[in-house]
Amino acid sequence: MIERLLLLVLVYASLTGCSIEPWVKPYERANLADPIMSFSEDPLSQGYIHHVLQAREGARGAEGGSGGGCGCN
Amino acid sequence: MQKVAPGVAVAVTRALLLFSLLLLLASQPARGAVLPVERADALYHSYDGGGINISGPAVLVRKSITDSLSASAKYYVDTISSASIDVEVILGASRYEEERVENSFTLDYLQHKTLISLGYTNSKENDFLADTISFSVSQDMFGDLTTVSMGYAYGSNKVGKTGDPSFSAESRFDNFSTSVSQILTKNLIVALAFDVTSDAGFLNNPYRKIRYIDPNDSNNFILDSEVYPKTRTSTALAVRGRYFLPYHAALYAEYRLFQDSWGINSNNFEVGYTQPFAEHWKANLHVRNYSQSSASFYSDLFPYANAQNFMARDKELSTYTNLSFGFGISYEFSGSETGFIDKSSINFKYDMLNIIYKDFRDARQTAYASGSEPLYRLNANVMQLFFSLWF
Repeated sequence: MIERLLLLVLVYASLTGCSIEPWVKPYERANLADPIMSFSEDPLSQGYIHHVLQAREGARGAEGGSGGGCGCN
Repeated sequence: MQKVAPGVAVAVTRALLLFSLLLLLASQPARGAVLPVERADALYHSYDGGGINISGPAVLVRKSITDSLSASAKYYVDTISSASIDVEVILGASRYEEERVENSFTLDYLQHKTLISLGYTNSKENDFLADTISFSVSQDMFGDLTTVSMGYAYGSNKVGKTGDPSFSAESRFDNFSTSVSQILTKNLIVALAFDVTSDAGFLNNPYRKIRYIDPNDSNNFILDSEVYPKTRTSTALAVRGRYFLPYHAALYAEYRLFQDSWGINSNNFEVGYTQPFAEHWKANLHVRNYSQSSASFYSDLFPYANAQNFMARDKELSTYTNLSFGFGISYEFSGSETGFIDKSSINFKYDMLNIIYKDFRDARQTAYASGSEPLYRLNANVMQLFFSLWF
């Protein structure tokens, strides 16, 4: 039963080209492509701020950037 | 009507499944993922707060080698001059200076809609060596509306202690990360990130001390070594979003939850606004609030020596809030006549941190009895000046 349901989904996905019809078309993404909409617009600057906060706060992770070393005294 | 044997039906179903899967993979539209943008950044940073001044340069260069391969290199320096509360309580009024140098290299390889990244980071201080390797895979799917990423990083640290050549310790960590970013509308993108980090080894700061009440004079305290657990596991979950406003501006927000096996629970919320103006200018304003509870083995003042198996007085493990405000201003130059440079910009960013500790007292205030000193507060100014070049 599960295989048949999966088959139905896959056949539909194949016939429609790519499982889900993108509801935001490529030509509608001009605003999203603007640099001000980037999650990491200035990676060096963002990495620095993450490092400053990591050294002074107990939390870490899920920042969308990286830091390294200690430098925390 | 002729019946088909059940075994044949299952085989046909499976064959169709396989065929559909292959057809689905073959029907993926053209490439959506892209290599990181080619750019170079040169930054000068300065942190000034709580008796500590940390400043230095940083450089990041990203360059495509082929259509599908990109490399980046980063050089970063912290020049530290410190007479922090931690240093003054333990060593008296003395200032120390040191330098940390970090080098990173990353390779990004694009195959169809998959971006594979390999990274290596080395950080050196006179008393701390850190090596980190990382690997991540990022995949665009569902008409490039969704990007799923998974990553792994391994870090190995060697910890020393200035003035004590016999001290040597090691620690390591494993980090697993996963994230999904999703285009919701033509003006809204959101992302969800989840991280698990596991540490093992010597996780103390070798210079920090705990204090306990002097058994001979309860107004005084005696310093002693910190004792940390040898392992730590933490999880972090963050959701962030960006919304494009109709008059060409961006509003963004982020919320993160964190908890670890040491008993620290924290959350932070940030909201910001970016506004380009007058053709070449761009301004940003943001505010962020962070709050955390203390580690289970943290105490500002222990009642007596060896009061617990694990003992810490790191203010970073105490209960506190950090309310920060910041702004940024950028000016963008047009590309050069030669065409080598697409554009460039000069940027200034400022952040002010206000950390209010709820159970970490200023032990330098000797006029007070132990445990009744004023609570400590830290204000810091963080500045960045950087030049960016896109080519």
